[in-house]
Amino acid sequence: MSKEELLKKRYRAEKRFKFYGLTSVILAILFVLFLVNVIFSKGKGAFSRTTISVEVDFNTEKLELKNNPTNKEIQDTDFYDLSIESLLNVYKTNGLKEEKDLIRIFSPDYEIEIKNFIIENKGFLNKTAIIELTASDDIDQLNKGNYPRHLPEERRRISDFQLLIYDKLVEDNKIQKTFNTFLFTNGDSRDPELAGVGGSLLGSFFTIIVTLLLSFPIAILASIYLEEFAPKNRITDFIEININNLAAVPSIVFGLLGLGILLGTFDFPRSTPLVAGITLALMTLPRIIIPCRASLKAVPPSIREGALAVGASKVQSVTHHVVPLAIPGTLSGTIIGLAQALGETAPLILIGMVAFVVDLPSSPVDPSASLPVQVYLWSEQAERGFVEKTSATIMILLTFLITMNAFAVYLRQKFERRWS
Amino acid sequence: MNLAILLLIVLFSTSCFFFGRKKIINITAANKIRMNALPDYYGYYLALWCAIPAVLILAFWTVFEPTIIKAFIINNITSSNLKEFNSDELNLIYQQIKALYLGNFTGTLSEEIRRGAENYKSFLSIAEGSKIVILISIVIVTTLYSYKKLINNNKAREDVEKIFKAVLFTCSLVAILTTIGIIFSLLFESIKFFTTINIFDFLFGTSWSPQRAFVRDASTITPEEYNELKDAFGSVPLFAGTAFIAFIAMIVAVPIGLFSGIYLAEYASKKVRKYSKPIIEILAGIPTVVYGFFAALTVGPFFREFGERFGLEVSSESALAAGLVMGVMIIPYVSSLSDDVINAVPQSLRDGSYAVGATKSETIKKVVIPAALPGIVGSVLLAVSRAIGETMIVVMAAGLAARLTINPLESTTTITTQIVMILIGDQEFDSPKTQSAFALGLTLFFATLILNYIALRFVKKYREKYE
Amino acid sequence: MTNNKVKIKTEKLNVFYGQKQALKNVNLEIYNREVTALIGPSGCGKSTYIRCINRMNDVIETCKISGSIKIDGQEINNKQIDVVRLRERIGMVFQKPNPFPKSIYDNVAYGPQIHGLADHKDKLDQIVQTSLKKSALWEEVKDRLDEPGTSLSGGQQQRLCIARAISVNPEVILMDEPCSALDPIATAKIEELMEELKKTFTIVIVTHSMAQAVRVSQRTGFFHLGNLIEVDTTDKMFKNPNNKMTQDYITGRFG
Repeated sequence: MSKEELLKKRYRAEKRFKFYGLTSVILAILFVLFLVNVIFSKGKGAFSRTTISVEVDFNTEKLELKNNPTNKEIQDTDFYDLSIESLLNVYKTNGLKEEKDLIRIFSPDYEIEIKNFIIENKGFLNKTAIIELTASDDIDQLNKGNYPRHLPEERRRISDFQLLIYDKLVEDNKIQKTFNTFLFTNGDSRDPELAGVGGSLLGSFFTIIVTLLLSFPIAILASIYLEEFAPKNRITDFIEININNLAAVPSIVFGLLGLGILLGTFDFPRSTPLVAGITLALMTLPRIIIPCRASLKAVPPSIREGALAVGASKVQSVTHHVVPLAIPGTLSGTIIGLAQALGETAPLILIGMVAFVVDLPSSPVDPSASLPVQVYLWSEQAERGFVEKTSATIMILLTFLITMNAFAVYLRQKFERRWS
Repeated sequence: MNLAILLLIVLFSTSCFFFGRKKIINITAANKIRMNALPDYYGYYLALWCAIPAVLILAFWTVFEPTIIKAFIINNITSSNLKEFNSDELNLIYQQIKALYLGNFTGTLSEEIRRGAENYKSFLSIAEGSKIVILISIVIVTTLYSYKKLINNNKAREDVEKIFKAVLFTCSLVAILTTIGIIFSLLFESIKFFTTINIFDFLFGTSWSPQRAFVRDASTITPEEYNELKDAFGSVPLFAGTAFIAFIAMIVAVPIGLFSGIYLAEYASKKVRKYSKPIIEILAGIPTVVYGFFAALTVGPFFREFGERFGLEVSSESALAAGLVMGVMIIPYVSSLSDDVINAVPQSLRDGSYAVGATKSETIKKVVIPAALPGIVGSVLLAVSRAIGETMIVVMAAGLAARLTINPLESTTTITTQIVMILIGDQEFDSPKTQSAFALGLTLFFATLILNYIALRFVKKYREKYE
Repeated sequence: MTNNKVKIKTEKLNVFYGQKQALKNVNLEIYNREVTALIGPSGCGKSTYIRCINRMNDVIETCKISGSIKIDGQEINNKQIDVVRLRERIGMVFQKPNPFPKSIYDNVAYGPQIHGLADHKDKLDQIVQTSLKKSALWEEVKDRLDEPGTSLSGGQQQRLCIARAISVNPEVILMDEPCSALDPIATAKIEELMEELKKTFTIVIVTHSMAQAVRVSQRTGFFHLGNLIEVDTTDKMFKNPNNKMTQDYITGRFG
């Protein structure tokens, strides 16, 4: 082989190598874009919901209500007959099957929705009101254009009769699309059109608060000890080995710890943010200690020596000078650790946070779900509506995570000093 | 309640701080002397002495109260009844009593439970009362003690600093306690499991189907029954499935991660680096449950349809889909770790290679990578440990059936999937099925521990070389 | 004593690192088969100058070079020139010894291998042997060619780097303060070696030590703040320099 040929060959190898590198980077970026695109295109529908306008005649006599009833009296009254009657007025039906079909285009909570309307708008008693009732999941999906209506009738859940009603309602402008506040305020439900992340949002919030309160102080104090005071001895070495290993232990093992010790030995309440928070705090602790130590280490020794030279004690030099300088770094490390904890699912499943909880939790000791667990629970459901809801939950979760990470980066860039 | 007590303690110790400080200021002013420490330290001294013992006792009380009350209740049931209960039944009765007390009891109410609930209520109020009394007396005693010491103490600062250091040390012990907690909780249940199932049958058995396992008193199992039982708990298929999926993941992650790490470290301009690095790192920040959803919803069905077109039978929960998505998740770990490692190779080595006329890729392949090899091996090992410990992707996208296969188009199961499947929902304690999850957890813990240890050794060695 | 042929010639050479100008209008001729020493205080641009000759500055992203650099009359400061071929012709030895983390043998064989200079193992062995002999290291390492290059002493490592540089049979060897990290005995060995090497190669050495410049070089150039103040035969420069500044520097008034 001549030298020229060899050189050409070498340059081809160079180009090839560079191409592999570039391809890998592009592939990785494409994965991100693809994933985000799938989630967003599937999830954006969940932010709107479909309602059907229904005329309801609130006749107090028929409802067997007194004049000027209290909220409680209305609450205790049976609205079922009134509701059914109003729903059936929407379209002319013939026979029990058609009646059933008609009622099924509404979400099963119609009675509660009508009751809540009159409690909030008592002026409509003995009057007729037009109420926006939530449509069933199938109608909702149909209205969003996700439903395969061209399939033969026996292969879809919406009957031809229901399609007929739907088309008529659309023609009469009685089908509306509004912003889905249920998604944020409701708890879990078996019906996708009523299910919301309100409960899991609160559950995640309580969990993260517990995690923060436990892990942040302990992590900072532990890193101050290890970085500033720890003597070089076996105990210190052992602590360091433990921290490094714990940071890489799979999260599910912490779930087993929570199940075995917190629930098994100490009988803490199952399925609660309290237990989840403690479990995640133990998991997050080493992951926070490592960046905290790094930012303490980044403070140059001259600062400590300066303080010691004017007669400050070691504790004073650390608390007055070193720690304040390291705060931005420790904060950003903590936020990143908490963001990881917020996205964690497996340990929460083990401590029972997969329970089906309709009510919103009001404290960390109420059973609840959390956002990632909600994603898991809904992903197991077959309904189209839940696919949409799952993707929307992921969008909400990712929004929180990205905000937290961006804030951490901002903190680091804005406040961290460069020591030269 | 605890929150209120805590608040009171904080309030009281804060006032102690001001009181102690004031006292010392007065003494120094009256006697015209100068104390060895600033008045603040005397305040801290008093406040810490007042708060720390009380808070510690409160914490211990809160943690152990339920356990102790439970013991009392169960003791009451067994002593007042002639009937023998096993521990499962006792547990159930206790849960019912608690539910009745909390007002969410459903089912038939027995006399026993009603009485138990009354007992529970009285125990709770006794506990509450004694807690308050004990805490108040502790606060008074420690405050008085420290106040007495305060007046003729000249080393308040040293004492406060000693307490401070002790608190710091205690916090760093939490890491050790966590490890002990993990080992204890895993070992405790695992040992119970291994008394029923021989550890060798567990580690080397080739058939896994815990749903078949019947619950029975371990001491009365006949050899024939044992033979059947051990076939429910042979974990080799799980180890194989875990290793197989991790292997697929590494096939995806190592080349892409390594090459993009190399490209970003050696070729990319500052601008490209600035924008593409954070984008790739987004992959590391996405929760694994999202990947699981993505794998189950998009990738799995895609492979199935793709396979159908070529007449291949592809399970919608294939090892390939789970492994591929897991690989994508691991890309940023490999790329950012190898980026760091490659950046740590001194520039002088590259200069030496360029100076004899090597091209960039020759320099990378023959000088930089060999020099960075230990670090790269370390980061790949860490990535492997992540892959075998990863849970949500495999729970959602790999299968449940434990079978020994090397066909990536079939479904396989992993250690983590089985742990979740056994422990999800309500579990009966003291059954070999539940215990087997802890035994699997123990295996996983040791496997990752060993991998991490070796990986960290590699990385550490590498760092020392170039520092 | 020399054939007085110009090997390297730079004209109006300007180098910028970002905003900072590192070399200002440097015109310098380097003659074939002799040792040219470049002296001057730290940061004066002498290292920058030699890194231009084998285009090592290409590695630095922010570096901009203008002007002309000719080797044997051929312009090398343009995009068309192949830096890989150029660096094969112009070797370099660095301030700190930087052997690759490979065996002694592989360190020397690396260059010939990538350039395809040896088509079989015997040839490669021979190149390694001659290069090590030329760099006066053969006797010390011939029994342990498989040991890592980093296991050698500092002076041996630097001679290994010289062997690595001459293994591809370059025309010019650039030395960037090759002895600054070495002890006096190792320095003496390298200086002895240069005496030998200049019979076959053109050598440009950047040095901090004026004594070293006197000992090893035939010509000396004096740089200050990016300017080439004066260049002449070493004899003349140290006995009777034209420029007052050169005089002050070599007598130790500044620098």
